[in-house]
Amino acid sequence: MPHHQLIVVGGGLAGLRAAVEAKASGLDVAVLSQVHPGRSHSSAAQGGINAALANHPDAHDDTPEKHAFDTVKGSDYLADQDTAIQMTKDAPGVIFEMDHWGCPFSRFDDGRIAQRPFGGAGYPRTCYGADKTGHYLLHTLVERAYERQVKMYIEVFVTSLIVDEGRCRGVVAYDMINGGFHAFTADAVVMATGGAGRIYGNSTNAIISTGAGAAMAYHAGVPAEDMEFIQFHPTGLLTTHILMSEACRGEGGYLVNGEGERFMARYAPKAMELAPRDITARSITTEIIEGRGINGEDYVHLDLRHLGAEKILERLPGIRDIAIHFEGVDPIEEPIPIRPVQHYTMGGIDTDVDGRTRLPGFYAAGECACVSVHGANRLGGNSLLETIVFGRRAGMAVVADLEGGSAGGGDVSAAGSAAVSAMEARVAELASRGADGADPYAIRAEMIATTRDYFGVFREESVMRTGLETLRRLKERCGGIGLRNAAGVFNLDLMRTLELEGMVDLALCVAEGALARTESRGSHSRTDFPARDDERWLVHTLAYYTPEGPRLEHAPVTLGTFEPQERKY
Amino acid sequence: MRTVNFHIKRYDPARDAKGTSRVEAFEIPYETSLTVLEGLFHIQEHQDPSLSFRYCCRASICGSCAMYINGRYRLACQTNVLHLHTDEVHVDPLPHLPLVKDLVCDMDDFFAKYEYVQPWLQRSSQEPAKEILQSPADRHKLNMPIDCILCGACYSSCPSVWTEDNYLGPAALLKAYRFEVDSRDEARKERLPRWDNERGVYRCHTIANCIEACPKELSPTEGIQWLKMAAVRRRLFGRAK
Ligand SMILES: Cc1cc2nc3c(=O)[nH]c(=O)nc-3n(C[C@H](O)[C@H](O)[C@H](O)COP(=O)(O)OP(=O)(O)OC[C@H]3O[C@@H](n4cnc5c(N)ncnc54)[C@H](O)[C@@H]3O)c2cc1C
Ligand code: SF4
Ligand code: FES
Repeated sequence: MPHHQLIVVGGGLAGLRAAVEAKASGLDVAVLSQVHPGRSHSSAAQGGINAALANHPDAHDDTPEKHAFDTVKGSDYLADQDTAIQMTKDAPGVIFEMDHWGCPFSRFDDGRIAQRPFGGAGYPRTCYGADKTGHYLLHTLVERAYERQVKMYIEVFVTSLIVDEGRCRGVVAYDMINGGFHAFTADAVVMATGGAGRIYGNSTNAIISTGAGAAMAYHAGVPAEDMEFIQFHPTGLLTTHILMSEACRGEGGYLVNGEGERFMARYAPKAMELAPRDITARSITTEIIEGRGINGEDYVHLDLRHLGAEKILERLPGIRDIAIHFEGVDPIEEPIPIRPVQHYTMGGIDTDVDGRTRLPGFYAAGECACVSVHGANRLGGNSLLETIVFGRRAGMAVVADLEGGSAGGGDVSAAGSAAVSAMEARVAELASRGADGADPYAIRAEMIATTRDYFGVFREESVMRTGLETLRRLKERCGGIGLRNAAGVFNLDLMRTLELEGMVDLALCVAEGALARTESRGSHSRTDFPARDDERWLVHTLAYYTPEGPRLEHAPVTLGTFEPQERKY
Repeated sequence: MRTVNFHIKRYDPARDAKGTSRVEAFEIPYETSLTVLEGLFHIQEHQDPSLSFRYCCRASICGSCAMYINGRYRLACQTNVLHLHTDEVHVDPLPHLPLVKDLVCDMDDFFAKYEYVQPWLQRSSQEPAKEILQSPADRHKLNMPIDCILCGACYSSCPSVWTEDNYLGPAALLKAYRFEVDSRDEARKERLPRWDNERGVYRCHTIANCIEACPKELSPTEGIQWLKMAAVRRRLFGRAK
């Protein structure tokens, strides 16, 4: 049974940054990933990464403090202010480091890293590499991981945690290439499995963004924090929901309704198209509901034509390729049909500012974690930043904790074998029902339609109650799922069946959290409670797993620097 | 309801002898926006749960789903069935690579060769407190090679790869080129022996299949030719650049 001091689950930006950090301090580190790390969802990020470098001519007096303020205001004051301040303070350093490691950021004429305006930001502070920032950052970290000789187990699908004597001591995983379940034991585990977008039926996320790591932590007793806050991105492609980056608007793109009007003037007269995502998504949805979609249908236009071919080809070449290939529209010639779609999971595994969780030996970073810096609404460009800042900090925390002698110590092979046997027994049970059991793909299809239709941009009690009932029924049906194909290598049926129940559990956290929160804040917008209620709801939601469904508790928000105010843009 | 037929090359190590494969046909419902990747998911979910293929982003950026579809290298997620202009869709794994199962090939050699060229920025200078300055013109030189998604299509298409196991292949050499032309890199001399040999650039006979195969419309050949010239310049003039 392979043993490493540190196991990092996930080879996206957060996982790799944690691994590279710990490896540099001499730890024996292994990354486990269900896809080659360079194929992780982080590669799909387009628009950029925020840091107050003050490189832009209009941003010479930008500072990390101003970045922190924008982040907290954008979060509708639900972000923990200490963590937001820490993130923005660490930001310039980690960006320069990515540059020193070879990240091909776009450049200003003076040779400094180029920055563009993004929604909800007081200054143009989003560093970018054309519109492929995630791809460039990810490949840079993959390269660094090879250089540091981080051990990588590639195409290994993690299914559960090994918890022994109250400590996390590793994971159980399915070896996709050779088949079979194995224990990977460790003194510490960093979870970095990314977002849970695919619990929604209209997501910009990669197909593998199913929230697996958050679900494993939740099942192991670590609370899922603020799961009701789901970000809807204003501009997803009409048919495929593939993202059209906020950079389109950062570079000057317009949002136009069926009457040819730049309607953002009515919702955010100052910021216009560069209002934060929650506000922009609501504005588009309102236009559509009130019949002002294009031809009265459920979409509006993202118009880039006035930017001209040269700017589009230089700054937004990837957007153009995607629009052509996936929607048959060339943005140089035609406006792009878009509508708001699920994009980001603000909630996740409850951690402190160094990635530590309540389970000793278990850490989390990146989109699967909730630090919380995004609160009720994440600003564009802050998520890539979060992965690198908090991936690094989690790596440092593991090093400090293991050096401080808080390692698990004892022999864990018995616990490892027991965890593997438990997983094998679960698979055998699923396989025994075979084709007679409930169809996991039917359950998945119904779940993703329910979240999409009942827990969307606008929410209301009676609608959500219906949705919650459906999700509860689906959860019950999960108990009778059949696995039709139990053996062999690269077994998609096995992996997709095993991950399903965790997805339903996270959907239930979203639903229960959304129903309980009788206010509107950030992305959580209730038509029956349209106002923010700081008196009662300036608190985090913590969802604890129970077999009967999530048990909700609340925890205070760390304030102290920025006084909560009404958000105006 | 309109349907289309997917003809998929299948290989299961538990049942087929190494080097053999079968073709199986599946009839699936068609709608205008159907991509080949969505077709594969339809089959996996509703007809044959044992079908194996790689995927992740479904947006042509992660490089997982390169396959050989109706006689061409393509990304399954980026291929709209409509644009194939036929109801018969033939899906093969990347040709000339060992198979793991069905449409999944073994990419270990591909990544070992990638690693061999030391594809990471190397510097010995003291790092500046801020970014290393790079002019837009210098940054421009990176535009082509940094868009590689390591999908392996070029590698699978190259006759020099088929005939010489050791040849690094177009993707790894494109990576070597990417660092060769980065104004921030300081290890050109050290990296040179890794590609300036028979295993490297001289095995490229400019057949240019890679250009044809690349779904991102990149030109590994161009990078390789540039490297050859750089090696000659260095020999003749002894310069690092
Ligand atoms: C289309 C798109 C564009 C975006 N653009 C931007 C942007 O411009 N700026 C910005 O700040 N943010 C952006 N975001 C958000 C940002 O990209 C993500 O939040 C971030 O990349 C998440 O990184 P991560 O490291 O946490 O996870 P990921 O990159 O998702 O990596 C997850 C890793 O975990 C592994 N994994 C998952 N489950 C398992 C399992 N069970 N077993 C083994 N391994 C597993 C995967 O293989 C993968 O390696 C964008 C998001 C999307 C969807
Ligand atoms: S050069 Fe093109 S074909 Fe080759 S690996 Fe890169 S993206 Fe794929
Ligand atoms: S699934 Fe990522 S390139 Fe096709």
